[in-house]
Amino acid sequence: MDIITARGLTKDFNHTRAVDNIDFDIKKGECFGFLGPNGAGKTTVMRMLYCVVVPTSGTIKVFGLDIEDNPSIIKSRIGVMPQDDNLDIELSALKNLIVYARYFEIPYRTSRKTAYNLLEYVGLTEKADENIKNLSGGMQRALLLARSLINSPEILILDEPTTGLDPHSRHNVWNKLKDLKEKNTTLILTTHYMEEAERLCDRVAIMDRGRIITIDSPKNLMETHGGNLEYVYLKLTGKRLKGKENGENNLS
Amino acid sequence: MEKTICLKRAFRVWQRHLTVYTKLYKTSIALNFVEPALYLIAFGIGLGAFIKDINGVPYIKFIAPGIIASSSMFAATYECTYGTYVRMTFQKTFDAILATPININDLIAGELIWAATKSMFYGTIIIVAISAFRLVDSPFVIAIIPILFLSGLVFAEISMVCTAVVPGIDSFNYFYTLFMTPMFLFSGIFFPLDVLPPAVAKIAFFTPLYHLTLICRSLVWGSAGGIAGSIAWLVVVILIIAPLAFILMRKRIIK
Ligand SMILES: Nc1ncnc2c1ncn2[C@@H]1O[C@H](COP(=O)(O)OP(=O)(O)OP(=O)(O)O)[C@@H](O)[C@H]1O
Ligand SMILES: [Mg+2]
Repeated sequence: MDIITARGLTKDFNHTRAVDNIDFDIKKGECFGFLGPNGAGKTTVMRMLYCVVVPTSGTIKVFGLDIEDNPSIIKSRIGVMPQDDNLDIELSALKNLIVYARYFEIPYRTSRKTAYNLLEYVGLTEKADENIKNLSGGMQRALLLARSLINSPEILILDEPTTGLDPHSRHNVWNKLKDLKEKNTTLILTTHYMEEAERLCDRVAIMDRGRIITIDSPKNLMETHGGNLEYVYLKLTGKRLKGKENGENNLS
Repeated sequence: MEKTICLKRAFRVWQRHLTVYTKLYKTSIALNFVEPALYLIAFGIGLGAFIKDINGVPYIKFIAPGIIASSSMFAATYECTYGTYVRMTFQKTFDAILATPININDLIAGELIWAATKSMFYGTIIIVAISAFRLVDSPFVIAIIPILFLSGLVFAEISMVCTAVVPGIDSFNYFYTLFMTPMFLFSGIFFPLDVLPPAVAKIAFFTPLYHLTLICRSLVWGSAGGIAGSIAWLVVVILIIAPLAFILMRKRIIK
């Protein structure tokens, strides 16, 4: 069953076309990855999915609902871990989660309990009362992950969840995401780490300059093109660059 | 895109701001208190030593109600200029909030209601302070408090319009130098408008601060007469500017 369908999705910012007429479907319970070089339009796609960026044209249905008509309902069932940290820096780790829970109309008692559980889940129990300013970058990412789970989302959107993490923390996050997948949470993520995509994603969309070059499982892609996913990625996105006047071919 | 405002969701934004504020209030409350105290001392006592009275009222007593008005006004404008701007850009608080069931209109409404609340709160502190200095004649002064919420909305909306269009945080200097400071100086807080050239007095007559000062003065001195028109004008301004604040701010935030 498709939990998300996008058709003819296009987004223009002033004069840049960030997303250029793309179609994709995401199935319930799968882990779907968006890959692509900087500026490919991954974040823009994510932000359209959670209704913060309005498409210039095209349609997106989430849970069968049109995002234009039902943003609140859709957002109440989605969790978002953004690319940029946007925690409340004045508040403690715990308070961050509790304040966030209020946006979802989660009662205080429930949210307090959930918040403690989530802090434990991401290994931040000791930091519960610590100010955000005193958390390391990796800890802040972990807290963002915890925050995105506060409403037990059916779809979890993760924009570069492991960027800036040390190898241990990265493996930790991977394990969490596998956990969530077992529980039938639909995961949508972007990453620049091909190993991450290979390990986690059932299917990936490789994007470049606002377009989707291909959508397939990492396994199929590797079989078709030979080599590992990184090789496939460089080959596919490099090919497009080659045709351009100032293009540089990343394949070496 | 939802066109309506959900007050319950706006209240969640309000609550967030309150939570953050109660963590920081110790520093900011003292600061907001110092400035009006300085005005009272400098103008009321300092200048007041030379100006015996205005229309038979001792000078410090003449300006005290105006300090309620200006203090609450600046509380609202600071909140919806610098405060809102920082949350919108540097801290990315709006991004965080908009990823939840809160929609853009709820968020803007929450910002405005919070600023109005703060405006009411800071005005109330001045009321308490000038009461302690025996500059208040009448228990009617209590009636100012809910009116401060209305005027707070007016100033919040005006500031929000500015925040929606400024290219950067430094541009607020223009707003304060060219708009807020003249309004502060020429709205009848420090001297009656009738000494101004008629053209200037006419402009001043339309400013919300002039009417708020009038309301504060009447109620502090114990005469409620003549304030109905001023309250009505505040409501009219709220209704006129609200659509502008919402439309421009939506345009700014939702790309
Ligand atoms: N708010 C915005 N205003 C103007 N242009 C924007 C805005 N957001 C994104 N863009 C542009 O849209 C294009 C796609 O950006 P996007 O952030 O979606 O890329 P990305 O694939 O997430 O890149 P990265 O891997 O660096 O995060 C870029 O050219 C970017 O400059
Ligand atoms: Mg991105």
